[in-house]
Amino acid sequence: MRARLIQGNEACVEGAITAGCRFFAGYPITPSSEIAELMSLKLPELGGVFIQMEDEIASISAIIGASLTGKKAMTATSGPGFSLMQENIGFASITETPVVIVNVQRGGPSTGRPTSPSQGDVMQARWGTHGDHPVVVYCPTSVQETFELTVESFNTAEMLRVPVILLSDEVIAHMRERFVPPENIRVIDRKRPSGGDYIPFADDGSGVPPMADFGSGYRYHVTGLIHDETGFPSEDPEVQRKLLERLMNKTERYRDEITFVDEYHTEDMDICVISYGSSFRSSIHAVNELRKKGVKVGCLKLKTLWPFPGEKVKEVGETVKKIVVPELNFGQIGDEVRKYTHIPVIGVNRYDGNLMRPEEIKNAILEGVN
Amino acid sequence: MSGIVREYMRESKLPHLLCPGCGHGAIMSALVRAIHELGLEKDKTVVVSGIGCAGRSSSYMDFNTLHTTHGRALAFATGIKLADPSLNVFVFMGDGDGAAIGGNHLLHSARRNIDITAIISNNSIYGMTGGQYSPTTPEGFLASTSPYGNPEPPLQIAETVASAGASYVARWSVFHIKQVIRSIKEGFETRGFSLIEVISQCPTYFGRRNRLGSPSRMILWQKENSVPIKKSMEMSEEELSGKFVVGVIARRDREELTRKIYSLRG
Repeated sequence: MRARLIQGNEACVEGAITAGCRFFAGYPITPSSEIAELMSLKLPELGGVFIQMEDEIASISAIIGASLTGKKAMTATSGPGFSLMQENIGFASITETPVVIVNVQRGGPSTGRPTSPSQGDVMQARWGTHGDHPVVVYCPTSVQETFELTVESFNTAEMLRVPVILLSDEVIAHMRERFVPPENIRVIDRKRPSGGDYIPFADDGSGVPPMADFGSGYRYHVTGLIHDETGFPSEDPEVQRKLLERLMNKTERYRDEITFVDEYHTEDMDICVISYGSSFRSSIHAVNELRKKGVKVGCLKLKTLWPFPGEKVKEVGETVKKIVVPELNFGQIGDEVRKYTHIPVIGVNRYDGNLMRPEEIKNAILEGVN
Repeated sequence: MSGIVREYMRESKLPHLLCPGCGHGAIMSALVRAIHELGLEKDKTVVVSGIGCAGRSSSYMDFNTLHTTHGRALAFATGIKLADPSLNVFVFMGDGDGAAIGGNHLLHSARRNIDITAIISNNSIYGMTGGQYSPTTPEGFLASTSPYGNPEPPLQIAETVASAGASYVARWSVFHIKQVIRSIKEGFETRGFSLIEVISQCPTYFGRRNRLGSPSRMILWQKENSVPIKKSMEMSEEELSGKFVVGVIARRDREELTRKIYSLRG
C-alpha cells in the first residue's frame, strides 16, 4: 500500500477504525484532541457513533456502556482527563468490559505543561485506579507503531476483556512521519456465548468468560461490586479471592501474546539501553552512533509497558554489565527494571518539557567505559 | 408479590436490602409495572443504576442490568442508547447519586435530549452511607453531617431538568404511585429525555432524625404537602414553603439525540 505522511494521532484513529472501533466518546484536551476531531469526521460515515461528552468521566462511562452492547469503543485524553477516568478504568477491569483508552502524555502534575511531552503517567497507567486490577499498557515510539499498537490495544481488550491503555505522548502524537498501512492485519473479536445456560462470569477454562451483548437475549447483571460467577454481588471471601485471582491472572496467563519487545544489537551487547515511547528515538540514535565507534551497546524497546516484561529484563541483566534507562520522568520504569536485576541501572531523566537528547544517553552509556 | 412483579423481578435475589418502609421498593415496583403496561420485551430493556440505596435496585429487576459507579448511571446509559438505539433504556437513581455527584450528567442528558427514561427516587438523604445531607435535604433539617440543621437550600431537580431541555419531566411522590406509573409510561413514549422525580421516604435516617414518624406517617406527609402545579401557580412563595409541586412539569415534542446522530453520515 502507498506510504503517506500522517500524524501520530491520525495513525491512532486509522488503527482504531481498522480494528473495528465504531464508538468514540471524548472530551477535548491537548494534545489528544485531533483523535476526537478525526473520529467525529470518520465514524458517522461508517455507521459508527461519535459523541462529545460533558467531561472525561462521562466519556469513559459512555464507552463502557457502548462496549456492553457489543461495540468496540475508545476514548482519548491526556493527563488531567486520564486522572478523571481512573475510577471507571477499575470498573472496566472488574466488569471485564473491553475498552481502549488513549492517554497522550503531557507534562504534569496537574495542568502542568499541556503542549510538552512527558512520560510521567507510566505508573498511573498501571496503578491509577484503586485496588488490584488487571490492565494492559502499550507505548508507541513512532507514527507507524501508533497504528499497529492501537490495533493491538483493541485485540488485547477483546481477547482478555480488559481495559487497554495506549500511552502515547505529545511528540509521537503530533509528529508527522511516513506511514505505510500494513497488510494482513489481525483483528480479534470478543468471544460471545453460543446458546445454552449463560453464566456470565464463569471461567470456561480460558480464564476469560464469553461476553454477551446487552439486548442479545442473555439478560444478566453487571456490577462494580465483588460478584460471583452469576454476576451478582457477593460478600463471600472465597468468591472474592477467586474473582480477583482470575482477573489478575488474565494478563499473566496470556503474557506472551501481549508482550511486545523489540531488540536492537542485543546479540553481543555489554551495555543495554532499555527504552520506550519518544525517548526511544533518542536512545536508538545514541546506540547506533556508539556502535559505529565500536561500543558494544544494544537496546530493548518496550512496546508493552504493563504487564512489565520483567523476564526479558532479567535475562538481559545476566549478560550485560549495566543498563541505561532514559525517561521523561524521574525514573518510573528505571525503578521497575531494578526489581529484576542487581547490576547497575543508570537513569537518564528529563522532566523539563524537552525531549531527551542522544548526547545525554551517550554520556550515560559511556560513563565508566574505557 | 403480584404476578406482574414476580414476572419482572429476579426472585432469587429477594428479599432486597432496603429498610422496612423505604420508598425505593414502591418505585421499583412502579417501574416494572410501567414496563409491563408498555409491553416492552425484557431482552430489549436495560436498567442502569448508580450507587446508593437506589443504586442497588437494578440487581433485582430481570432485564439487562448495569450497576455503575456513583453518579455515572446516565453517562453509561448514554453509551448504551447511542450504541444500540433499539434498546429501551431506563435509569434508576437516588438524589445524591443523580443530582449531586451525577448532576453534570443529569443536566447534559437533558440538554442532549437523549431518548432515555430516568427516575430519581428523592428521599432527601444519603441512606447507604448513614444519613448525610444531600442536595435535596430541606434547609434546617437534621442529618448526620448537619447536626445543627442543614445550612444549604435544596435543589429543585425536576424544574432544573426541565429548564435544561428534557422533553418530559414530572414530579410525584410515593403517595402518588399510580401517577408515577403513568408518568414513566408517558415519559418513555415521549421522544427524548424523560425524568420522573419521585419524592420518597427514608424512615431510617431522614424520618427518624427529623422526628417525622412512621413510614405511613411520612407517606401521609407527602399527601398533605404536595401541591398540584395548577394550584401552586396561585400560591405565594411563602405559602409554598415546605411543600412540593406535583404533576407533569414539562411535556414537549423536541428532537431526540440518537436519531440525529445516526442521520449525520454522508
